[in-house]
Amino acid sequence: MTTPVVSMSNINFHYGSRKVLDNINFEIPNGAFMGLVGPNGGGKTTLIRLILGLEKPETGEIMVFGQPIQKLKNKDRIGFVSQKANSFNKGFPATVYEVVASGLTAQLGYFRFLTKKDKQKIHEAIAQVGMTEYTKQNIGNLSGGQQQRIFIARALVSDPELIILDEPTVGIDYENVKRFYELLYKLNTEYKKTLLLVTHDTGTMTQYATDIVCLNKTMHFHGNPDEYASLTEADFSQIYGHPVSLVTH
Amino acid sequence: MLLDFLTYPFLRYTFLTGILIGIIAPLLGTFIVVRRQSLIADALSHVTLAGISFGLMAEKKYGWVISPIYSGMVFSVIGSIFIEKLRTVYKAYQEISIPIILSAGVGLSVIFISIADGFNTDLFNYLFGSVSAVTINDFYVISGVAAFVLVIIWLFFKELFAMSFDEEQATIAGLHVKWINMLFIILTALVIAASIRIVGVLLVSALMTLPVAASMRIAKGFKQMIFLSILFGEVAVIFGIISGYYLDIPPGGTIVMTSLFILLIAIGIKKIRK
Repeated sequence: MTTPVVSMSNINFHYGSRKVLDNINFEIPNGAFMGLVGPNGGGKTTLIRLILGLEKPETGEIMVFGQPIQKLKNKDRIGFVSQKANSFNKGFPATVYEVVASGLTAQLGYFRFLTKKDKQKIHEAIAQVGMTEYTKQNIGNLSGGQQQRIFIARALVSDPELIILDEPTVGIDYENVKRFYELLYKLNTEYKKTLLLVTHDTGTMTQYATDIVCLNKTMHFHGNPDEYASLTEADFSQIYGHPVSLVTH
Repeated sequence: MLLDFLTYPFLRYTFLTGILIGIIAPLLGTFIVVRRQSLIADALSHVTLAGISFGLMAEKKYGWVISPIYSGMVFSVIGSIFIEKLRTVYKAYQEISIPIILSAGVGLSVIFISIADGFNTDLFNYLFGSVSAVTINDFYVISGVAAFVLVIIWLFFKELFAMSFDEEQATIAGLHVKWINMLFIILTALVIAASIRIVGVLLVSALMTLPVAASMRIAKGFKQMIFLSILFGEVAVIFGIISGYYLDIPPGGTIVMTSLFILLIAIGIKKIRK
């Protein structure tokens, strides 16, 4: 059995007096496309910040690629597309090429410059997200969906094994959301990337994900899309902490 | 028109120093503007004024000969470290560090100037810049600062770009964001102190921001923005120094007005393109 990409055991976390995560235990298997859902304030972003090493848990242990996250040397094995990515400074006059190249900064290390091979990688990452024709354009001039593709390319350029995406489809229209999920599916199946996607868009996500986790301070559900589809209104009401009516379409 | 600048050594040094400042001020200004920290230059220039006032006071009152450019640099660097520290103390209100340091700079300046029973034309030159104030020693110091700044920016360019575009992502990637920020603000302090001889305390931030504001309107990409900022900065400095000399006006004023004129043209070009 292969080592899970992420493994969390007995994780507890507070912001001040507010408990955000309560005894979390879960694993992200290698090669999974995991959707993480739950209500606002349920601890999804905190969980991601813990996996990224931006916060330290009060109790428990977080292992990433079999190592404690705080000791993980090659952080470029993790790619991250932030919730804030689509609220970046739109006036920043950076080309698509420059933004994607910035994803190689940590991997290159200090006092080292882009080689021909690195430049090739940048063009490949842009091609992977289908944005080659926009390479020389300023990122601020692109649509929200196109910008998100560029942020995926920035995460991809260092060839990470795990890509974490925190609500990347907020503010993007339905057609682009669909194309975005198709891109994620391709990354997962063709390029063998393990994905952790935080989203509220459960309808589209369940069509592509292999694993789904429901989080509201505690872990309420962890299963595959079929098992998720069999959850009842009572189950969702318990997860979300208030009555929920299911609407199918 | 350039003949005087080639003939008289003091004008030659002013001219050459201006060329250097025309490169380094907009270069750092590019990073400052895209990081939305334009007012940092104002805060540091006022702290530099405190350092200059200290140097002038020490000489006038106590006979200690401290070159104001050195005392200005020391105060500016100390001020920059305080700004960075305050930004970490007030994480949710980082901009509050600017008025704190700016008012501290003005307060100290007033105290030093009062202790020295007021200053004369020296202080006027530092406030608005001067064509004749640059000595050969200043030229050497500013050349050293310019070389240092260019090497550091060249070495840390990709890190500074990544941090300017997305500081959170840079932190996650494992860059030493705190230390690089500190290094950058110290460079800014040095450039401000170096620029004050020519542009003056009250106008130095304009040389760091106006050429960038102009280039931002028309540049395609970050590197092109840096190139255009430096080009506009150089045009403003050269035209400003020459016209300031012949019109007998402090060059700070003419440099800033030239920069403003370039900015208006850039805004016009953008509108025509649309």
